[in-house]
Amino acid sequence: MAKKPTDSNQRIDQPTGTPFVGHEWDGIEELDTPMPRWWLYTLYLTIIWALAYVIMYPAWPLLNSATEGMLGWTSRGQLAAEMKAADVKRAPLINSLAAIPVEQLLADQKLYQGAVAGGAAAFKVHCVQCHGSGAMGSAGYPNLNDDDWLWGGDMASIHYTLTHGIRNPDHPETRVSAMPAFDGILSPVEISQVVAHVQSFSGKAKPNAKGKELFATNCASCHGMEGKGLREFGAPNLSDNIWLYGGDTASITQTVLNSRQGVMPRWNDKLDPATIKMLAAYVHSLGGGEATPAAPTTKATNGQP
Amino acid sequence: MANLDELLGVDKALYEKRKGVYPKAVDGFFRRSKWAIMAVALLIYYVTPWLRWDRGQFAPNQAVLIDLANRRFYMFDIEIWPHEFYYVAGMLVMAGIGLFLVTSAVGRAWCGYACPQTVWTDLFQHIDRFFDGDRNAQTKLQNAPWGPQKIFKRLSKWSVYLFIAFWTGGAWIMYFADAPTLTVDFWTGHAGAVAYATVGILTATTFIFGGFMREQVCVYMCPWPRIQTAMMDEKSLIVTYRDWRGEPRGSVKKAEAQPGSIGDCIDCNQCVAVCPTGIDIREGPQIGCITCALCIDACDSVMNQIGRPRGLIDYLTLDDVAIEKAGGTAHPALNTLFRTRTLVYFGIWCAIGIAMLFTLGQRTRLDLTVQHDRNPLYVQLSDGSIRNNYTVKVRNMETRPREVELVVKGLPGAVAWSSTGSRETAKQRVKVTVAPDSVQKVRLFVAAPANGDARTDFEIEAIALTGNEKGDSDSVRFERPETGQ
Repeated sequence: MAKKPTDSNQRIDQPTGTPFVGHEWDGIEELDTPMPRWWLYTLYLTIIWALAYVIMYPAWPLLNSATEGMLGWTSRGQLAAEMKAADVKRAPLINSLAAIPVEQLLADQKLYQGAVAGGAAAFKVHCVQCHGSGAMGSAGYPNLNDDDWLWGGDMASIHYTLTHGIRNPDHPETRVSAMPAFDGILSPVEISQVVAHVQSFSGKAKPNAKGKELFATNCASCHGMEGKGLREFGAPNLSDNIWLYGGDTASITQTVLNSRQGVMPRWNDKLDPATIKMLAAYVHSLGGGEATPAAPTTKATNGQP
Repeated sequence: MANLDELLGVDKALYEKRKGVYPKAVDGFFRRSKWAIMAVALLIYYVTPWLRWDRGQFAPNQAVLIDLANRRFYMFDIEIWPHEFYYVAGMLVMAGIGLFLVTSAVGRAWCGYACPQTVWTDLFQHIDRFFDGDRNAQTKLQNAPWGPQKIFKRLSKWSVYLFIAFWTGGAWIMYFADAPTLTVDFWTGHAGAVAYATVGILTATTFIFGGFMREQVCVYMCPWPRIQTAMMDEKSLIVTYRDWRGEPRGSVKKAEAQPGSIGDCIDCNQCVAVCPTGIDIREGPQIGCITCALCIDACDSVMNQIGRPRGLIDYLTLDDVAIEKAGGTAHPALNTLFRTRTLVYFGIWCAIGIAMLFTLGQRTRLDLTVQHDRNPLYVQLSDGSIRNNYTVKVRNMETRPREVELVVKGLPGAVAWSSTGSRETAKQRVKVTVAPDSVQKVRLFVAAPANGDARTDFEIEAIALTGNEKGDSDSVRFERPETGQ
């Protein structure tokens, strides 16, 4: 890569008649071929374009902001416009959802699919804090994927729970279950007998007569003689494999001694009716959703499969 | 322009003004070949979107359609889905290798005959001749001062440029939507903004590139001439001036006066006059030569007139140049076409083509993808059994609705149901109806007894109950809690 002396600039490449620049790399020399004139004009055009752009759009940084540009464009403004456009696009879905009774949502598959998608998004904002991102819950917070429901798993029941919540003292329609704390009512021995009897429903312990008697007196009014539970009272089914607060002896003993007072906020004062319906549809779609019962009476007695 | 240049301070030594090219009309074998190729190329381009092809009521009836909105590519009997885009990629690879093949065999034949820039430039140069006359008349008009006649001729010529440019831009968008519908929408103002923008841009580029930039595009803007030099070798055909036969140049009279001292070239400049890029081929191979071979036609007709052998300008390889200069005889042109390099390119090209045709024949029109829910991995059911959730996508790539059965295989005691079914009625088969030419997303719930391995691999199979029987299956996993329950 040697630069030739300047006098070689005068040399002319014979075939083309173009002078050499004087640069040579491994025997290949650079010719001083002129650029096309229009190429230069396009450069000027891009400069004009750039100037116009600087005038039209935000460009020059100032101390606290930047020049605004004649078009008044901002990225926030664009986002707002896009969000507005999305709202307009979603408006028919939201309006139809607000109008349809929640029990009939399943019949309208297109609307239902839209509701499930919207509910999935709303769930991630409002529900995952307790129920988890996969709606699988944890101790004290129900798993919404399974087929066990304290208050019913059909669309209307889920919708009611979402709307009115559980144990909201300011709200008369809220769901409340009232299991007494048996600490002091039953002796420790009696409590261990009841716990053993409860465990016997799911085959984890042997049935015992004393426990059965105590259960019949103290528990069966809500949980039923067979421990199948009663959804009207939010009394859980004790004979299945799902334990909200744990199914081991220690956990059940704690439950009987102190009771459990789970709380869920009501959403009718926080979310619009369409969003609550979307959440109901989403929770119903997770796999445990039940069909709308034919008559109200069957809801309670229809045991879990 | 002079004033503008002064205003902008253009250094005229550094920035060269375009020299006008006014190619003369010529006739001959290569000119006629160019006519034929131009006719075929333009016909294909303008007419293809208007061909109809019956695909039944559920699919468009346009023979060639790139349906970007619905992500489908239709080409006669072939329908390409987005996940089959490798067919399009394969076609592009074939086009690339095809260019390698052609370039290594016959040099810049693409540039000379088939490149859109060449075809449209050629077309526009014929329009020039129609309005302004042949080479000399064109030069005269160019140098004439502006007057009513020149203004009228220029305006009418540019109007025709613009009409062709607009037609070219308009034909392009027809490939992306139903052509008759789009035409009506376009003229009634109902087409999308992107349609108008595309037509506008392509009209402008055709008008400017075909009408005014012409050879400047080939020489300064196009990367292909640079790439081609790497693909050509001493066995590729290029347009060559037989300087050992033609030099020194001299008139017929001079040759008669001094026999033996004057070459065959009579310096009539016809090869320069007909050149669409305005070069002199006698200076040797150069970037401006698109090997359209019109100079061969021009020279041959002159040689015929003066009774000298044709081929003073000819398609010749660099190897043959060396042989002929040494007094030998050039290889026949077939040797150039069939040699190791071109045969290897041709072999690769064919292999890709055959492989694509084979997979095209073998491809299924029913496709199944199963995704296991990760959150939660499994669900404990109240009766002690375990449920896993799956998102199943059934692609029906036929243009008719189809019944498809999803079957769970290899998972003992398992039952499956979809979101529209329930566990009570669940069996090992779930029937779904998939709309024509669409993907059906199904939430599939699979429940199985709790006793079993923590992880069991099993199959979900899609069986087509209607249409082509060829189904698909996907292997997925069933998860249980590590310790039973």
